[in-house]
Amino acid sequence: MKLENLSKHVSRWFDGSGPNSDIVISSRIRLARNLAGYEFLPRLTQDGQTEILEKLKEAILSLNVGEETFFIDVAESSLIHQDLMVERHLISKRHAQSKGPRGAIIAAAESFTAMINEEDHLRLQVFKNGLQLNECWEQINAIDDQIEKKVRYAFSPRYGYYTACPTNLGTGIRVSVMLHLPALKMTRQIEKFFNATKDTDLAVRGLFGEGTEAVGDFFQLSNQTTLGMSEKEIIDEFSNSIVPKIIEYESMARDELLRTQKDVLDDKIQRAMGVLKSARLISSQEALFLLSNVRLGVNLGRVKDIDIATVNELFMLTQPAHLQINNEKILEPQQRDIVRAEIIRSKLMEN
Amino acid sequence: MQCQQCKQHTATIHLTEINDGTRQETHLCEACAEQQGLAIKSQIPLNELLSTLLASQGSDKNISQTQTAHTATEQMPPCPSCGMTFQEFRKGGLLGCPNDYEHFGEALKPMIEKSQGGNSTHTGKVPENAPDDSKKQIELLNLRNRLEDAVQSEDYETAAKLRDRIEHLQ
Repeated sequence: MKLENLSKHVSRWFDGSGPNSDIVISSRIRLARNLAGYEFLPRLTQDGQTEILEKLKEAILSLNVGEETFFIDVAESSLIHQDLMVERHLISKRHAQSKGPRGAIIAAAESFTAMINEEDHLRLQVFKNGLQLNECWEQINAIDDQIEKKVRYAFSPRYGYYTACPTNLGTGIRVSVMLHLPALKMTRQIEKFFNATKDTDLAVRGLFGEGTEAVGDFFQLSNQTTLGMSEKEIIDEFSNSIVPKIIEYESMARDELLRTQKDVLDDKIQRAMGVLKSARLISSQEALFLLSNVRLGVNLGRVKDIDIATVNELFMLTQPAHLQINNEKILEPQQRDIVRAEIIRSKLMEN
Repeated sequence: MQCQQCKQHTATIHLTEINDGTRQETHLCEACAEQQGLAIKSQIPLNELLSTLLASQGSDKNISQTQTAHTATEQMPPCPSCGMTFQEFRKGGLLGCPNDYEHFGEALKPMIEKSQGGNSTHTGKVPENAPDDSKKQIELLNLRNRLEDAVQSEDYETAAKLRDRIEHLQ
């Protein structure tokens, strides 16, 4: 299995299908774990880090996770491969950019990855398309059970799973959903969404592109509390009350747009199509913004000749590292803008 | 929602003040909030937020109590297991080893409770190979929490059942 083979297609968690996938793009659960008898990373020697890397690599590669798994030495990977993994959400930016012995174990279909020596010794994550948090939990919990038979985690009855940062203490769980909320944004009701999250101490972040700005109406929503609630309670709150409420708001806003502002909506969607089909230079920011409008158009049946899978594919394959790997050369930003525009044009004309 | 000040931009900063029991809400856009001295970075990484939180614990010189607490944490000896000092943690936001949770226990407690919605004890998954003792302790904790809830909601029947189970476990 080579990383290059991944860059040609979109990740499965982003394939546009799955429950409620017109609004919920994907679900993710991650668990933070540390091994007993070792310092956390800020205090761990280089030798200690190598020991942990070897120990966890061996333990996890020997597991049955239902897919073939392979190990990537992140410290030894080229910059472009590191960026590719970040763009595909296989590893974090922090993991790519930090120093010292570190690695990742990736399942072939990319639903599961394990980061070794990130902020904690071990960060497991499971990704699924659409709203599937319970399925994510079942899978990651089973993997965690298997690992726990091979290594000893740092754990105490009072604090639960010890983590380097106290904000992850206890369950070490981070539950996230990626949402596409263009209608709430367009109807200026996005505050409703923020208000709904205000009392539930949730974190809202952007999804694609540089920084954390929410470009193209994509938002990532995660839990903050990890201590004093069980994993199940945290997940249930998310899938049974928080996310359904947001889906309801967004669906209502989409209906309202169709009912009262059809012309404005169509204008926006068709203008986006027009630019994407004719631009010769396009930045990743502009592409995200316009593709977001097209995605809404497809989901509302206003654009008929393209499917969601194609739109999602364009989101991912036009990211900088994907562009360069698929072109087999390093491209300057302006060259990337040219290639990006070409890919988008040819994909949209095909259909 | 519109910004109350300029009435042009979308309000993204929502302030709730409670004075003598009266609740007052203010909704501002980022620019107006900044003008009013409410400089808020819209996206703050968790670690940064945490270290700001920690750093601010001691910065308020008008409150002698926090200052005493601050001085006390400054003087705390480094963790005997990993050598981490509390100042280092305050700066980087990450601890050095599991023992830090015990060693800096009192200093960490308010901060953990603040970031964990007031909670301070684990009630989630327990590793299967954890000593029986710790499994029992978690179960006891869970039962005690449920007992408290039952008593508070005056559900004495459940409370009695829970009490029996606690006694049985002990």
